[in-house]
Amino acid sequence: MTNKLEAERPLSPHLQIYRPMLTMMMSIAHRITGASLAVGFALLTWWLVAISMGPEAYATVDGFFGSFFGSALLFLFTWALIHHMLGGIRHLIWDTGAALDKTSIEVAAWLTIISSTVLTILIWVAGYGLMGGP
Amino acid sequence: MATPLKRVRGLGAAGRGTETFWRQRVTAIANVPLVIFLVLSIISHIGASYGEVKAYLAQPVVAVLMLALIVSAAIHMRIGLREIIEDYVHTEGCKLLSLILVTFFAALVGIASTLAILKITLGS
Repeated sequence: MTNKLEAERPLSPHLQIYRPMLTMMMSIAHRITGASLAVGFALLTWWLVAISMGPEAYATVDGFFGSFFGSALLFLFTWALIHHMLGGIRHLIWDTGAALDKTSIEVAAWLTIISSTVLTILIWVAGYGLMGGP
Repeated sequence: MATPLKRVRGLGAAGRGTETFWRQRVTAIANVPLVIFLVLSIISHIGASYGEVKAYLAQPVVAVLMLALIVSAAIHMRIGLREIIEDYVHTEGCKLLSLILVTFFAALVGIASTLAILKITLGS
């Protein structure tokens, strides 16, 4: 009986019903970047453990991060980290009850996208600029 | 006048309802400066030798901040990953297993990173 009722009960529209909206995509992006940062944490652990182990272990990690694939991966993690951080700050502001009107959430979404991309590029430009050491 | 509402407010029926929510926010706030510190630490050591990187991480202030980041990020990561699983994994067994694995993963990277920092800073 209960099962039959459950089956006939109208369901609220789910994701695939809605036209993709920016704020909805930002919410999804916040989760995806957050989850992918778990892999980033594992890479950080690998780096730290290698440093604690000695020069040979460090050379392996350094070689990986220096490779094209390693650098590309690090670039993506940098963006994920900054995007998740700025998205998080946005959430902390919302937690106070502020900036929840339609215009503000759109502006905040664009600000997060633009500044995370700009900051990621700046970080890498600075990194390459300092390469070889000050 | 003490009403039952006073006892429940902010805690929920189980007495600890908003604990996870609050901990996620507190670690989020801590993560902001600590992540900036990590990024600055890394970009200022690109191309540096093994000895230079190790000496940098061995400094007490650097080690303390790195340990703070590891603890705060591990807690924040565990809460976030659990939230995703709780939202999308609906098979009871699979959900339970994933939740346990997330805790193990967070503990593993947290403990391994902590040990690495301690080894580097205490020198062995």
